[in-house]
Amino acid sequence: MTINPDLQGRSYPAAEVYDVGREKIREFARAVKATHPAHFDVDAAKALGHNDLVAPPTFAIIIAQRADAQLIEDPEAGIDFSRVVHADQRFTHHRPIFAGDRLVAELHVDGVRAMGGGAMITTRSEIFALGSGDSREPVTTTTSSILVRGEGQ
Amino acid sequence: MSPSIHELSAGQEIGSRTVEVTRTDLVKYAGASGDFNPIHWNEAFATGVELPGVIAHGMFTMGSAVQLVTDWAGDPAAVVDFQTRFTKPVLVTDTTGTDQPGATIEVSGTIGKLDAEAGTARVDLTVVSAGQKVLMKAQAVVKLS
Repeated sequence: MTINPDLQGRSYPAAEVYDVGREKIREFARAVKATHPAHFDVDAAKALGHNDLVAPPTFAIIIAQRADAQLIEDPEAGIDFSRVVHADQRFTHHRPIFAGDRLVAELHVDGVRAMGGGAMITTRSEIFALGSGDSREPVTTTTSSILVRGEGQ
Repeated sequence: MSPSIHELSAGQEIGSRTVEVTRTDLVKYAGASGDFNPIHWNEAFATGVELPGVIAHGMFTMGSAVQLVTDWAGDPAAVVDFQTRFTKPVLVTDTTGTDQPGATIEVSGTIGKLDAEAGTARVDLTVVSAGQKVLMKAQAVVKLS
């Protein structure tokens, strides 16, 4: 299976809305062994000046990987998920993610380059919070590179 | 209390943390994150795709490593940027039914750079498992008060 080089420059528009719930923040925080009270206790978050629970710094990966799935599952992309290795990841927070946020992600394929029999694919998710009416507030930009290993790699 | 930029200098250590990992932890992370790639929970599948065994999600390692920074900063919202490269997999052996971890991750952090104008500190993390650096260029930028 070969990776389609025409993927570069492709975008996938914001699809389903992700509703950030308190219990999901607590569950994710426990899963990364976080103990900071601002992830668990609304009063502790408020004491720091926040309106609600604060998501851990890597929480946006949930939304980013849902966006990535559009690409990985795209039959035109030619990606074998079982041969995918995560190569790098970055989160740039324009503001923190809080419980109660309604988030959407736009996915951009920024780079595709052949590596041996496989390929390195760099994607960027622009994550926005939906406001009243049509307003959207930039929340997080995530970038990630995945290596799709070729046979014998 | 969050640290003050005036009391910090490049090269200063912010502390260290040990993260013990079991196969159960990987199943929990899979459920919490939605990343159900079987290389993180199924031995036969992992070895079938030429891996040495079940490996931790890179995002588990990244996500657990940053807690050192979050706790030091005093507010998780202060982490404005966080990046890493995944260089080596964390192999997690099956210790189900015992009280032993399947892998241990050692995290330590130092101040890499201070930006007085932006009011930020870059914390450089060293993340090691089984004697090998598993993350490279693991850097968190923290907004200071």
